[in-house]
This record gives sequence, C-alpha cells and structure tokens, in this order.
Amino acid sequence: MLDISAWFNDLLAGNTIFTADTLGYYWEGLVTTTQLVFLSLIAGLILAVPLAIMRSSKHKWISLPIYFYTYVFRGTPLLIQLYIIYYGVVFIDGIQDTFLWPVLREAFYPALIAFTLNTAAYTTEIFRGAIKATAQGEIEAARAYGMSQSLMMRRIILPSAFRRALPAYGNEVIFMLHASAIASVVTLMDLTGAARFVYARYYAPFEAFLFVAAIYLCLTFAILFFFRYLEKKLLAHLNS
Amino acid sequence: MIDLQGYGPRLLEGAGVTVQLAVLSLILAIILGLLTASAKMSRSWLLKRTATVYTTLIRGVPDLVLMMLLFFGGQIGVNAISDMLYYNYEIDIYINFNAFAAGVLTIGFIFGAYMGETFRGAFMAVDNGQIEAGKAYGMSSGLVFRRIRFPQMMRHALPGLSNNWMVLLKTTALVSVIGLTDMVRVAAEASRATHEPFTFLIPVAVAYLLIASVSEWIFARLQKRYDIGFGGQ
Repeated sequence: MLDISAWFNDLLAGNTIFTADTLGYYWEGLVTTTQLVFLSLIAGLILAVPLAIMRSSKHKWISLPIYFYTYVFRGTPLLIQLYIIYYGVVFIDGIQDTFLWPVLREAFYPALIAFTLNTAAYTTEIFRGAIKATAQGEIEAARAYGMSQSLMMRRIILPSAFRRALPAYGNEVIFMLHASAIASVVTLMDLTGAARFVYARYYAPFEAFLFVAAIYLCLTFAILFFFRYLEKKLLAHLNS
Repeated sequence: MIDLQGYGPRLLEGAGVTVQLAVLSLILAIILGLLTASAKMSRSWLLKRTATVYTTLIRGVPDLVLMMLLFFGGQIGVNAISDMLYYNYEIDIYINFNAFAAGVLTIGFIFGAYMGETFRGAFMAVDNGQIEAGKAYGMSSGLVFRRIRFPQMMRHALPGLSNNWMVLLKTTALVSVIGLTDMVRVAAEASRATHEPFTFLIPVAVAYLLIASVSEWIFARLQKRYDIGFGGQ
C-alpha cells in the first residue's frame, strides 16, 4: 500500500505532461471533435431523410442510384473517402478561383464533407429499414382516410419510422464519434490529434493515449445515456 | 497487371497485406470472442466481470486510439520487459515490436469484444435439450462443444459474424496510419507523389468492394452449410 501511495505522489510531483498547456490542447481537440461530429451528424440526418424515402421508392430508377451510393460509402473505409475528398478537392476545375477555395483549403471542411456523406449513407439505410417495417395496417388506415402519398409519409410513416430507428441511430452516433478519430490523419487537431501531439512532444504514449481514451469513453457513455433517455421517452408506448 | 505509373505491383502487395491482416485478426477475434462469450455465460463472478469490462472499454474507445496506444506504447512496454530481464536475470533478448503484429493484436482485440456479443447470443439460441442429450450420451464437455454446441451455434452466429467481418475489413485501413504498408498507405503515398489521387484511391476503394463481395459469397455458402436440417430458413 505504501508503495502505491509513494508511486502516486511521485507521479504527481513529476507530472510534466498534464500541465495547463497540454490540457489546453486536449480542450481544443475536444472542441474540434465535437464540432466535426455534431455538424456532420446534423447534415447527414438532413440528407438521409429524403434519401431514405427515395431508397424505399417502388421505382427502380429512383431507388437504385441511392442504393449504389449507400453501397459504395458503406463498403469502403472512411479513411479512403476522406483521402479522396481531401486530396481530390484541389482537382475540381476552377475551384481555386471561387469563393469556396479559402474554406475548402483547410482540412476541416474536406473532413466534414467526408464524414457527412459517410454518416448519411449509413443513416439512409437505417431509416429505410425503419420505413419498410411500418405496419401494413397503418398504411391501409391512412389510405382509407384518403391521405395522399406525401401526407401519409409525413403524418404516419415518418413519425413512427423515426422512433423505430432510434436505437440503431444511437449506435451510428457512437460509431461516428469513434470514426472521427481519423480526422487527425489529415493534420486536424481533434482529440486524437491532440493526443498524438502530446505523445510526440513528451514521448509519453501511455499517458497521452490513455487520457484521450478516457475522454472518448466519457463521451460514448454520455451519448449512450442520452439515447437511452430518448428511447424511454419516445418509445414509452411500446414498453408498458 | 495494370501498371498505375509503376505503383501497380506495390499496390498489389499492399492488398496482400490488407487481406493477411484482416484474416489473421479475424481468427484472433473469433478465439477471443468465444472466450469472452464463455466467460460471460460462466458462473464465476470474476470471469463475468472481466468480460463485461473488456467489452465495455473496447466498445467505448475509437479503434485508432487503441491502435496508437498499443503501437506507440507497445515498443516501450516490450523494451521495459527486456530491460528488466537483462538487469535481473542477465537474459539478453531484443524483441522487435513490429507494426504488423501491433495491427493484428489491436484489431483482433477490438473485434473480439464485438464477436463476444455475437457468440453469446448465438450460444443462448441453442436448445438446452441438445446439450443435455449430449451429456446423456456420456460426451465430455469438450466433445459436446465440438459436436453439438458449436455447429448449431454457428447458424445463429453467422449473420453477426459476417457483419463484424465487413467492419473489420474496413478497420484494417487504419493500420496505414501507424506505418504499415497496406494498400491504403501505398495509395496515399502515390497520391501525394504524383498529384493524381483518383488514379490510386479509386482502385483501392474498388478493391475493398471486391473483397467485400467475395466474402459475402463465402458467407452465403457457409450459411447454407450450417442451415442444413433447418429447412433453409
């Protein structure tokens, strides 16, 4: 016991790593990661709703292109998608002359675009599954009321589909948080980027990476509890 | 083979690394998954707890962070052990902690946690009467596992297993970050050198889709094999 407390005191006294400076880097990383994940999830969600409706269309020429998109984005590593957008954006003709260039030149926006397209693909498939699982009786009832296709989608299918999709979507959010770690590969200072920086500066891999792992773990649990709470609220009618 | 400005052979080599890495990690993940599932279903409180902590921790932390922890920390850890052996016992060994081993260990370790959940559900889906019947025939528990539990469990585990494999395959791309020359790293290097990212990155993306399609076919065959006697449902 004595040994451990001595070791702990030693650790505190010899603590050169967790100074205000490095904690500042981690804080910056936390902000970048949160922005990146939050913005891409919102944008992905907005994209995924119409895509999922198109994907569950009866017409092949509408649903097939969407299927192709989700197949490619779910079948290839996010890292490849990020590289293609990060290295490829320069080669769009005339992009360097447009007002978009100062924005796209930074690593943040290519990463944001890659993450958005990736999460939109996964979310589309989650929503499609939920839309397909709508009870036939509900659709028949809506038709019997004389609802148009779009009104039925808005009032009957989508509200219940969103609720059914909630548990799977919660997993997707956690997946996105973890996937965002690769933003550090394209020089972004996200949480993982901060850990790599601290590691490189002090050559202390255990401290640098274990600390960041603990932060990710806390974030994961926060998301998990948030979605559990949402499920409890929104799916209450299914539990009782 | 397509030349791709001289990078063709290296890309192909990289693809070999990707496949090797994926298959070896899958084997490790299956072994760890079976162990985790058994631990979770055992009566021992300690084993249960250990397995729960393992799966919770692994699933709460990004793959890349775990990989960097093991890769950058691994060499220091190994060095510390060999130093200790040298000073205390005068055993002089040098263990080189290479990127490939770090990759296989991390990916196997991560997906062992996911496999554990898959296998646990599948084990529980096997009718208890089957196992009792096996015991009644005087089979040892090892034999019951090999002849009764495992073959019937696989039927339920295969969909989850195939899902995990697809995710694992894509996760192998991350090893390029810690310095392993898989096909992603070769493609990224070539893109930077030639300023033609699409020439290299798109074939690599297609290669991933190809590997995924082939494995989908293999899993469909396996599913058919393990569904024998269940009316193909």
